[in-house]
Amino acid sequence: MADFFSQVVNALQLGSIYALVALGYSMVYGIIMLLNFAHGDIIMVGAYATYFAVCQYGLHPLVAVLLAVLISTLLGVLIEKAAYTPLRSAPRLSLLITAIGVSFLLENGAQLLFGADTKSMVKTPLISGTLNLGGVTVSLAAVITIVVSVIAMIALTFLVQKTKLGKAMRAVSEDMGAAQLMGISLNRTISFTFAIGSFLAGIGAVLHVGSYFQASPMMGSMLGLKAFVAAVLGGIGSIPGAMIGGFAIGIVETLVTVAGLSTWKDGVVFAILIVVLLVKPTGILGRPMVEKV
Amino acid sequence: MKQTKRIPMPVRYGINLVLTLALWGVLAAMIASGVITNYWNGVLITIGINVILAVSLNIATGYLGQLPLGHAGFMAVGAYAGGIFMKATPLGALLKAGETGAAVPWIILALLIAGLTAGVFGLIIGIPALRLKGDYLAIITLGFGEIIRVVLTNVDSVLGFKFTYGAAGLKQIPKITSFNLVFLCVALTILIIHMVMKSKHGRAILSIRENQIAAESVGINTTYYKVAAFVLSAVFAGVAGCLYAGYLGSLVPSSFKFMKSIEILVMVVLGGMGSMLGSVIAASVLTVISELLRSVGDYRMVFYALLLVLMMIFRPKGLMGTYDFSMSRLLEKLINRGKAKPVPSAAEGEEAQRDE
Amino acid sequence: MNEKKTFQRGRLVPLPTNAFIPERDLEKTPILEASHLGIDFGGLTAVDDFNLTIGRTEIAGLIGPNGAGKTTVFNLLTKVYQPTRGMVMIDGYDTAGMNTVQVNKLGVARTFQNIRLFNALSVEDNVKLGMHNAIKYNMAAGVLRLPVYWKQERIAHERALELLSIFDMQDLADVPAGSLPYGAQRRLEIVRALATNPSLLLLDEPAAGMNPSETYELMENIVKIRDTFHIAVMLIEHDMSLVMGICEGICVLNFGKVIAKGTAEDIQSNPVVIEAYLGKKKEG
Repeated sequence: MADFFSQVVNALQLGSIYALVALGYSMVYGIIMLLNFAHGDIIMVGAYATYFAVCQYGLHPLVAVLLAVLISTLLGVLIEKAAYTPLRSAPRLSLLITAIGVSFLLENGAQLLFGADTKSMVKTPLISGTLNLGGVTVSLAAVITIVVSVIAMIALTFLVQKTKLGKAMRAVSEDMGAAQLMGISLNRTISFTFAIGSFLAGIGAVLHVGSYFQASPMMGSMLGLKAFVAAVLGGIGSIPGAMIGGFAIGIVETLVTVAGLSTWKDGVVFAILIVVLLVKPTGILGRPMVEKV
Repeated sequence: MKQTKRIPMPVRYGINLVLTLALWGVLAAMIASGVITNYWNGVLITIGINVILAVSLNIATGYLGQLPLGHAGFMAVGAYAGGIFMKATPLGALLKAGETGAAVPWIILALLIAGLTAGVFGLIIGIPALRLKGDYLAIITLGFGEIIRVVLTNVDSVLGFKFTYGAAGLKQIPKITSFNLVFLCVALTILIIHMVMKSKHGRAILSIRENQIAAESVGINTTYYKVAAFVLSAVFAGVAGCLYAGYLGSLVPSSFKFMKSIEILVMVVLGGMGSMLGSVIAASVLTVISELLRSVGDYRMVFYALLLVLMMIFRPKGLMGTYDFSMSRLLEKLINRGKAKPVPSAAEGEEAQRDE
Repeated sequence: MNEKKTFQRGRLVPLPTNAFIPERDLEKTPILEASHLGIDFGGLTAVDDFNLTIGRTEIAGLIGPNGAGKTTVFNLLTKVYQPTRGMVMIDGYDTAGMNTVQVNKLGVARTFQNIRLFNALSVEDNVKLGMHNAIKYNMAAGVLRLPVYWKQERIAHERALELLSIFDMQDLADVPAGSLPYGAQRRLEIVRALATNPSLLLLDEPAAGMNPSETYELMENIVKIRDTFHIAVMLIEHDMSLVMGICEGICVLNFGKVIAKGTAEDIQSNPVVIEAYLGKKKEG
């Protein structure tokens, strides 16, 4: 039973990181219909920022967290401004290729600067502690990860549903031209979307480092890909969908690992994606898109 | 009806055949005389394989207007199917004994099997995937590509037979791939794709890219042609995979990662989607660039990525633009310069860009 | 197809089913019989209880204020949307469960309100795509360039130019369709639809964006097409001079429901129609 419970915690811990990353994917897709392949690599940069702040410069973990989130957010906006804004009217495929290029650039840049090896974090007391929940011991990192993710998601839902900015974001994703005519600044809204998405990725990065204690140049690629699968699974463009998708992927991966088939887990994740897409092409909570004839 | 005089078709085909043979002759002579070193011979073979991959992906991306992200998966299927077949045949022994003539049927068979197996996978994947539109198709093909790789990594024997050898990879595949074979395959691939695209079937494929609803309204079975284009694309990817297996002599599943699919896609987009010549040029240039950048070591991939981003920002439609650039249009202009009146390019007379 | 018939403007005859068709089409199966056709989008009923019969060689008009559901009717007839209720018979065949392609093969071709050409392809290729199912050779014959390929392509080429000549567009055959001026694009859509060898041609606002002289020319051409190809034409149009000028039967749609049917004279004097639609138009 205790074993089962700790596996559930593992699944939720992994799932909440996927969910946070998936949210960024989903928001960006919702607003400019771009599969932002560079999103996963923002996590990688965030993870390195945390690593360097704590292990190289000996900063307080909390300062490191703030720094990592800040760097991730700025990086997200910078990428949007430098690479995506000039291409807003270009064919969508060009935008996609650019995203892939940026992803390449970040991965290989990181490899060049930090080396190809995996950097292992020092386990600071804050994250290596354990917690006793009704007789079951769970790691503090897991609890923090899950709690922080849930708070972030609630905050995001509030932001998108209740604030003026959120309304602008929804308007732009509905109809870019019409939103612009209503006086909504396209550039600002899109940049904000990237900022928020990258902010969440930054949090995801910190939580990832806190949970798995490592950073490597290629860590963002598969993580991002699977978070993206999570976003699609839940229904891309939908915030609750991204959360559901993230947790679903986390649970599936944990189950496959528990079954002793961890080398198969990527395959299983993608197989589930395919099945869901075939049964319900728009994902669990996505809206169908109807082309007007 | 203003019907301008055109060069008759046999002559057009003849011109292209001569050009192709001339290119082959020059390259073969350079290899024979050592002007092209062994190293660059290898690069030429890699270029050829990449060209086949790019032009085959171009069918699905440029002509059909879909975005499959699992092309490396089909390449992997072809490579493994071809590799396993070649290992099972006396090919290795024949090549070692220098009996090239006797090996030829086996080589042809291997290429066919690789192409057909990949085609079957294309069919299995295409039928469900093509029901979805746009990005969903991209995602689902990405998923299939990854699954193929995961399966190849984890399965090493089937029913007790050593089969794909799992993560360690398939080894000691007969090295069938020579410059001549690759050149022939490239020429045939381009020829076949060109012939298909300049027929009613090719038109139907293009019409889906242009406007699917309109295509259906004039009675074009879009599902059929989507799947057909997808399968065709997979078949040639499989052939390229077989050549790849026969070139390296060994295969590991990790060479068919998602990034490989992206690499091929980049070639197509950089060349200009829907432009076969564009794909050919981009595949050649990128292969050479990536070879040249080998000397700068770690900076290589950074350069590559930067190039990609800058290219997209400053020339988002690719080198050759979006429409089918044809070598013969250039030729036609040159030929017609001698004539009194300018001849507008004929819709159906355009010839293959077989100038790899 | 070459037999040229000129039709007198038909007198509409009421059928026992409450439908009208031209006198000369009385003995034949109507090309279109829609009964109780309806579609809901979510909770919204876009078209409801739509009944219409069109004779073999009739030119029928579908009019109504913006948003009345006219294009939706076209989409239902061509199965771009599957109807929620009702039945569509084309040439006496029930189209239940068919898709756009199958309905096209039964003989329904259409144009689109927002032009949908194959923009990057040449004008000729656009027309040849209309002939796609009539061009008979398989992929192997195409790749190997067998004689059948050359023969079929030559026939298609000639036929395409012939069809283009209806609108005097044969000289534009090599131009990319997307680079044509607006009016020519509309005309090309009609040619492409004709190339599918339809027996019912649906035109969605064919005169949109045309000036009065172009519209007049188009009217003549629509009649010419009907007379040459011996087919029925149904058109959606806001230009009343065109509708009243050439349509034998007119159906008025408002809020997804048929509010009147009859000849131009009937419609013009129908108080319901005037109230819903024409009244405003007449004063202006």
